[in-house]
Amino acid sequence: MSGWVVERRPQPSRLWRWAAPPVALLATLAAGLVLFALLGHDPGAALTAYFITPVASLYGLGELGVKATPLVLIATGLALGFRAGVWNIGAEGQLIMGAIGAGLVALASWGLEGSWIFPTMLLAGTAFGILWALVPAELRVRLGVNEILVSLMLVYVADLLLKALVFGPLKDPEGFGFPQSRLFEEPALAPVILAGTRLHVGALFALLAVALAWWFTARTLQGFAWRVEGLAPRAARYAGFAEGRIVRYAFILSGGLAGLAGALEVAGPIGQLLPSVSPGYGFTAIIVAFLGRLHPLGVLLAGLVVALSYIGGENAQIEVGLPEAVTGVFQGLLLFFLLAAEFLVHYRIRRRERPPAPASSPNTAR
Amino acid sequence: MEMGAGRPPRLELCGITKRFPGVVANDSVDLTVRPGEIHALLGENGAGKSTLVKILYGVLRPDAGEIRFEGRPVVIRSPHDARRLGIGMVFQHFTLFEALDVAENIALGLEWWPGRRELARRLAQLAERYGLELDLARTVHDLSAGERQRIEILRCLLQEPKLLVLDEPTSVLTPQEADRLFVTLRRLAAEGRSILYISHRLEEVVELCHRATVLRAGRVVATVDPRAETPASLARLMVGDDVREPERRHPDLEAAPVRLRAHALSLPPDRPHAVALEEISLELRAGEILGIAGVAGNGQRELVEALAGERLLPQAGMLELMGEPVGRLGPAARRRLGLAVLPEERLGHAAVGAMDLVDNTLLTAWPQPGMVRHGTIRRRQVAALAATVVERFRVRTPGLEVPAAALSGGNLQRFVVGREIAQKPKVLVVDQPTWGVDAGAAAAIHRALVALAEEGAAVLLVSQDLDEILRFCDRVAVLYRGRLSAPMPVGEVTLERLGLLMGGAGFGTVRAETVS
Repeated sequence: MSGWVVERRPQPSRLWRWAAPPVALLATLAAGLVLFALLGHDPGAALTAYFITPVASLYGLGELGVKATPLVLIATGLALGFRAGVWNIGAEGQLIMGAIGAGLVALASWGLEGSWIFPTMLLAGTAFGILWALVPAELRVRLGVNEILVSLMLVYVADLLLKALVFGPLKDPEGFGFPQSRLFEEPALAPVILAGTRLHVGALFALLAVALAWWFTARTLQGFAWRVEGLAPRAARYAGFAEGRIVRYAFILSGGLAGLAGALEVAGPIGQLLPSVSPGYGFTAIIVAFLGRLHPLGVLLAGLVVALSYIGGENAQIEVGLPEAVTGVFQGLLLFFLLAAEFLVHYRIRRRERPPAPASSPNTAR
Repeated sequence: MEMGAGRPPRLELCGITKRFPGVVANDSVDLTVRPGEIHALLGENGAGKSTLVKILYGVLRPDAGEIRFEGRPVVIRSPHDARRLGIGMVFQHFTLFEALDVAENIALGLEWWPGRRELARRLAQLAERYGLELDLARTVHDLSAGERQRIEILRCLLQEPKLLVLDEPTSVLTPQEADRLFVTLRRLAAEGRSILYISHRLEEVVELCHRATVLRAGRVVATVDPRAETPASLARLMVGDDVREPERRHPDLEAAPVRLRAHALSLPPDRPHAVALEEISLELRAGEILGIAGVAGNGQRELVEALAGERLLPQAGMLELMGEPVGRLGPAARRRLGLAVLPEERLGHAAVGAMDLVDNTLLTAWPQPGMVRHGTIRRRQVAALAATVVERFRVRTPGLEVPAAALSGGNLQRFVVGREIAQKPKVLVVDQPTWGVDAGAAAAIHRALVALAEEGAAVLLVSQDLDEILRFCDRVAVLYRGRLSAPMPVGEVTLERLGLLMGGAGFGTVRAETVS
């Protein structure tokens, strides 16, 4: 029985806690190389097309910011909730509701002028996201219903609601029957902050959210209460931190940020309501939150990395002819390797010393 | 010696050494247990007892040394090997599955499955023989510490071991139950079985054991005949210097103001198998230490949660703190009125294992002035309080930024007790403050409680350790199935009377179940 043994570490490894994400990233790249080679592409060229070319221009960097904005906004809220043991899996639905809220304001004010329109869209989007998130929150607090299931299922309700609106009442009357709304007008669009790119003001909101989330977690009593709730619910109750309140506010925060992200998507890069307003940002943000170690700064870095996987995938389709599915495969690999590396935080693999002589078979008289 | 002469020892440990990063947990430990012997293994927390026991049970492997069982060298690679040799183990930290019921947990520890009915029959026999009653269908999750320990003991006895290792077996038993256990253990020893007995209750060791091996910092410092020793002399061997327990002079409480008053406090259970509190009335006066005795699982946890405000009472007037009705106030509001509460469970309830000592100070100190300003934490102030606690209560820790889970049980308990006392409470409620801690830490905690009462605070001490209650409390009441007996001055109560109350005698007939 010689060989390698896996054993639990006496204490979680600090080194691996921080090394796990970069190691997972490297392993993903290595797996990518093998994958490209097996698909019959030159791995070097494919990786360049995937990871280098997209960000080799100012426009490309702007695109990175455009994709990272919703991911970071949503993941920041989710990370705070996850640390409190509140499992909002339905950020995608809250994002869609945010898009609907913002879209309703934009279309209702269509043809009007005024600087109030864009801020009102953001407020409406945030409010819609919060309302959608309060459903699982209240069900959990009042009736003990599992918030994972409810928040997840509401994603599909929101998705169908958006489709019903875009195919029905909100359809562009001059749109030749295509299922899409009117194009938003100038006052309903997010201001671009970097000329020559599509990078919009939402990126600043994302940075602000990261900074505030860090301050909240590290410095405020409520942030402390959330962490205690996540680590030891009984200790939280003992300390006088009310669980119901924490659950509600965690959903309000993560739902609101997801709704804001949805509003910014339709006011920013999309500019109208479409049957689909998100390539799954709300779900991918879960990966981002964990890749970022549920830490606001980590979330920012992870958001950029995952955003690169989105635009890299698109670019690789165009330049090298890789299949579209490769983006999903990359994100899947990343999460897979991250979970695998996570294992090394709590366990270590060690070579077993030479096995001692076998036990003399004892007499078991009984 | 008189026992087992001519036969090889049941167990011999020769030069057992086990190193962990940074510490030598066992340093050339020699230990011999003879057939028919009750052998005590003594030492403070961290002295290396648990490591040695884990090696013996195949959970850990020694770095050096030899184990001989019945004269033959053996290698114990797993608990399975240990059980095959005939070693039975009752661990201090329960090795039970919370989600399974009692019978399933017992079955998991067996090498064979006798069938549920047969198991129930044999358990009933054992339970009667040893006075360890258990409802087989209950889920472990809902059991108290004491009831969980009974599962472990029964599980072991089912296997009819040649060597039985017991880690703190009596800490949750009534004196009568403990006496019955001693009878059992003596009977087992008389049958030729060997018992390795680990306990912090040195009185027990003196009464029960034939020999004692004392560990300090991983080394054997003495092997003695405990019958020729006193608890104090054994404690000195363990800690190396005198363990100074405080003296309690009962103050005159007639004129002292009432600090905490429970008035027909009733609270229905909040989960299956929890105990309902029924019309509990008590008065706790300034300067008093009131003991609440009782067997584990009779409502201690529920009572402490109700006093702390973790669960609100149906009516505000059921509980008065400093004369104010507080039954509908949460924990923070009660703390601001001067209440401090320390629950039994150290990790996960009284402290958060993954958080450092500063955060764990904030956990209960945040309602105090100066800790939080405009919602932001004043970490420097909190750290200063944490440092005071560590220094004043001699918490052995490499620093304040160490996770609570890294502290030994005794040190963590010093810390959490110190944390509450440093907040200068007017009323302190503590549940099992010295359970599973070493003699040095227990004495330090007792000194702190007595000093707090002498400064005029009211202390409610919930404990299953009657020695502790009789030595330090002024009055004692017994909790039985959620009801509290009238308090009695400790000077007028006998151990026997307490034991009877703990068993339910004197509470009248159990009332008929009310509407379900």
